[in-house]
Amino acid sequence: MTLAVRDLAVRFGGVEALGGVTFEVRPDTITSLIGPNGAGKTTAFNAITGYLRPTRGTVSWDGQAIAGLRPSQIAARGVVRTFQKTSVFPSLAVLDNVLIGLHLRGRAGWASVLLGRGWVRREERALAAEAEALIEFVGLAARRRDVAGALPYGEQRLVELAVALAARPRILLLDEPAAGMTAPEKEAVSRLIRKIREQGVTVFVVEHDMRLVMGISDTVIVLNGGRVIAEGPPSRVQADPEVVRAYLGSTGGAPRGPAPGRC
Amino acid sequence: MRLLVAGLGAAAALTLPLWLQSPYHVHVVIMAGIFTILACSLNLLLGYAGQLSLGHAAFFGIGAYTSALLTLRLQWPFLAGLVAAAAASGLAGWGIGRLAFKVRGAYFVLVTISFAGVISLVSVNWMELTNGPLGLPGVPAAELFGVSFRTKSAYYYLVLAGAALAVLVCRRLVRSRTGRAFLALRENEPLAESVGIDAVHYLAVAAVTSAALAGMAGSLYAHYTRLVSPEVFLFTYTVTMVIMVVAGGKGTLAGPVVGAVLFTALPEALREVVAWQWQMVLYGVVLILLVFFLPRGIVPAVGAALRARMAPRAGEPRLEPGARSPLP
Repeated sequence: MTLAVRDLAVRFGGVEALGGVTFEVRPDTITSLIGPNGAGKTTAFNAITGYLRPTRGTVSWDGQAIAGLRPSQIAARGVVRTFQKTSVFPSLAVLDNVLIGLHLRGRAGWASVLLGRGWVRREERALAAEAEALIEFVGLAARRRDVAGALPYGEQRLVELAVALAARPRILLLDEPAAGMTAPEKEAVSRLIRKIREQGVTVFVVEHDMRLVMGISDTVIVLNGGRVIAEGPPSRVQADPEVVRAYLGSTGGAPRGPAPGRC
Repeated sequence: MRLLVAGLGAAAALTLPLWLQSPYHVHVVIMAGIFTILACSLNLLLGYAGQLSLGHAAFFGIGAYTSALLTLRLQWPFLAGLVAAAAASGLAGWGIGRLAFKVRGAYFVLVTISFAGVISLVSVNWMELTNGPLGLPGVPAAELFGVSFRTKSAYYYLVLAGAALAVLVCRRLVRSRTGRAFLALRENEPLAESVGIDAVHYLAVAAVTSAALAGMAGSLYAHYTRLVSPEVFLFTYTVTMVIMVVAGGKGTLAGPVVGAVLFTALPEALREVVAWQWQMVLYGVVLILLVFFLPRGIVPAVGAALRARMAPRAGEPRLEPGARSPLP
């Protein structure tokens, strides 16, 4: 299942945030979307997942056009995203956050709920077990009863990840999953992303941390000024002169190593 | 402990008319029951889905008029009138939901206020249907399966059953996938959409259920007072419902029940202890104190206090802020 973006453009008034980009995210890969601030990365995510209506262009997932659908409809097709700013259901417990994420896995409508049908209760038990397993997967078992909004920042990001995974993505779009994290936390996130891919989920990441990006990606797509300027495996992209220019001006090295975090 | 409280509460509720000597007290209790249904209904929208309806009296009034007209003009039996009342209000709730949830928050509040205003004007001016400001007198007494609910103490049980049904409906809904979708929309709508929760659908479900319950309350009111007039649309009713939900504890199951009983009984209790000039002043003072000291409502505050007493350690806030995770 391929996510194919063709000539995708988003314009805010007179500002062209995304100027017609074309790329593909191949199945079972970890693909990263990088670029300087304002390059249009989050705009691309928003347009793909239905939070923004593209000005032109198409997005297709598994051969079906998804541009113009509502975010919930896109999620129901297996395209699930996380947000750049930490985003949990703040006043609910971690367990309830993940149960909400399992929404698409349940079938109970309001009528069967009101009638108190037996299978609804069994479904609830199955969902609860599934939620526990997901909390275990991201390593938050000790926090399951805690209110999500009161958790430390790094753990809230893990809650987000568990909520997104609960929606059973076939492709998961992560918007800066490691932003603001400490080095050990970034390590943990890298490991988690790899584990997620091992479960058969394609991962598409926007991230500024170059060490993380170059360490986990199969393919890196570089955006600058709303256009794709390079695309390929990490080693090739790092050596691309245009990428070097975009990141560091006309002279200097590639975006490598313990990177210029947010350049 | 919970079971004991629930059992005592149920026993008290079931035997209440035997304890109350004066019909006036029974009347207060019946009104408390009707307001319990209304507060539960508003709580679904306000407490769970996070949308404030300031036109809830409209759904109450539509239910009252529907039931009154059908039983009075078409000689429908009471139960059919009650179901039709819930259906008519639910339908109105669906319409309002569809219209208003395209624009949420403050706009939803405005749409519901305007809707209530329009419906109220219709009830005053559509003389042929509603008999205008004079209202509809002589609404038939409630009768179910040959049993008449003409007396106050009999009617009390009818209202008690209605209130129990309203609480049951809310309980089942909020503890389900549907209720979690409501909460998700209240807490973080973009995130809710990102995991496949269709905001428009679930807000409409909340609005329909809420309106239908309010319609049922309207029908119970109509067959109790036996007179329906445009006063059922008074804004005061809506405000009272909001007070009950907020003071009792919005987003909790017991909150609206506690709020409804307390704020129906309070004005009457105050009337007996102070001169009438002071009655509403004291009511206001109690309300301000409640909002000031228990901003989340009575039920959450009592719950937190009980937990703190039973497990003093568990009640304390966790004292390990993100030691490992400095904010960016």
